[in-house]
Amino acid sequence: MLSKRIIPCLDVKDGRTVKGVNFVDLRDAGDPVELAWNYSRQGADELVFLDITATVERRKTMVELVKAVARQINIPFTIGGGINEIADADALLNAGADKISINSAAVRNPALIDELAKAFGVQFVVIAVDTRRIGDKNVVHLNGGRLPTERETLEWILEAENRGAGEILLTSMDHDGTKAGFDNKLLKIVNDAVHIPVIASGGAGSVPHFVDVFEKTNVDAALAASVFHYGEILIPDLKAVLKSNNIEVRI
Amino acid sequence: MIGIIRYGAGNIFSLTAALDRLGIPYGMVNTVEDLELYDRYIIPGVGHAGAAMKKLESTGLVPAIKELKKPTLGICVGMQLLTSYSEEGDSTLLGLFPIKTLRFKDSNLYKVPHTGWNQVFPEKENPLFKDIPSGSHFYFVHSYFIEYDKAYTLLSAEYNNEFSASIWRDNFYGVQFHPEKSGAYGETLLTNFSKI
Repeated sequence: MLSKRIIPCLDVKDGRTVKGVNFVDLRDAGDPVELAWNYSRQGADELVFLDITATVERRKTMVELVKAVARQINIPFTIGGGINEIADADALLNAGADKISINSAAVRNPALIDELAKAFGVQFVVIAVDTRRIGDKNVVHLNGGRLPTERETLEWILEAENRGAGEILLTSMDHDGTKAGFDNKLLKIVNDAVHIPVIASGGAGSVPHFVDVFEKTNVDAALAASVFHYGEILIPDLKAVLKSNNIEVRI
Repeated sequence: MIGIIRYGAGNIFSLTAALDRLGIPYGMVNTVEDLELYDRYIIPGVGHAGAAMKKLESTGLVPAIKELKKPTLGICVGMQLLTSYSEEGDSTLLGLFPIKTLRFKDSNLYKVPHTGWNQVFPEKENPLFKDIPSGSHFYFVHSYFIEYDKAYTLLSAEYNNEFSASIWRDNFYGVQFHPEKSGAYGETLLTNFSKI
């Protein structure tokens, strides 16, 4: 059977991881490659790197990062952050990235999704959606959840699927950082509505939250950052619990 | 030494990186003459099978590939090219295996692309899967699959329907998953291929 995926997410700036990471045996906690290697050894199924470098050298530093990861790591990884055009995606594909994640650029220019899917195949195109509730609506937000858009979340996701997204990475900004669990209600609505894989993000605080998100929503993957980075949840322990709850995982 | 068939379909950085890590020597095949330099071959490939076939044809390598007698491994779309036909672009392919590449039927239970780690089960004994237990997980990402066929399926997998995770005929092998992204067992498979 196809396994549910567990995905640690690493924030990277200027080629270094941003948030503190608390692995005991790391020589360099700021080295994304060493962290990635560590996660792959622990049994992570995939990795996401979110590059928040803001300088003009951004593309070059991202390509260097991707090459360094692809040289060392034997599991798939996605890179996101500031990818605006085909040339960015092409450079990252040739450097060894398995997928790219697009957020703001796709909202601003939805045709970019069609272009990327046509150029590289749908399997390469992950659409990241940051959502926040406004009144009784789920609304797509940009700039890390600070800037609301006109787009309703499910409607945008269905458009993205239609245009050629191969996967949806859905982050609930209301849940992100709370450690109170994933937004299972919205995730179930989205997961039931699309025919492409969905990655749940935002709110993971404990092992039962992962059991819940898979049991209640049937999403394909769950992503988290700090609970993994600070060693609050160890991936082998997490997978053992998921397996004991009859959730298919790769051990 | 492994010759990697270069025809411009997808990046090979991850594949060569895996071979580098494993200390398996390789070089590139751009012309028919280059084929002589190697004792086995890998046909990589990602993206659209029909587009990949057109690119392969434009290299002029197709007649020579059909006549290869040395071990040859197609990966992902490179494997699909070995079959006779793909529903993707209604494409005629190399025809080294008289079987077809079909599209998964998608639903909210069986998402397409089939993305992630799925289990594979050997249907036959073969040195390609030496030291890899039945039911091991490999990393897949594809929307089209090669139909199950008793004669040619080396490994089966299940996703809405049974399909060929690997095929084998004489010196030709194919794997639908990405061994270069499939953790330790993927590396074992690449090492096994280098010794076939």
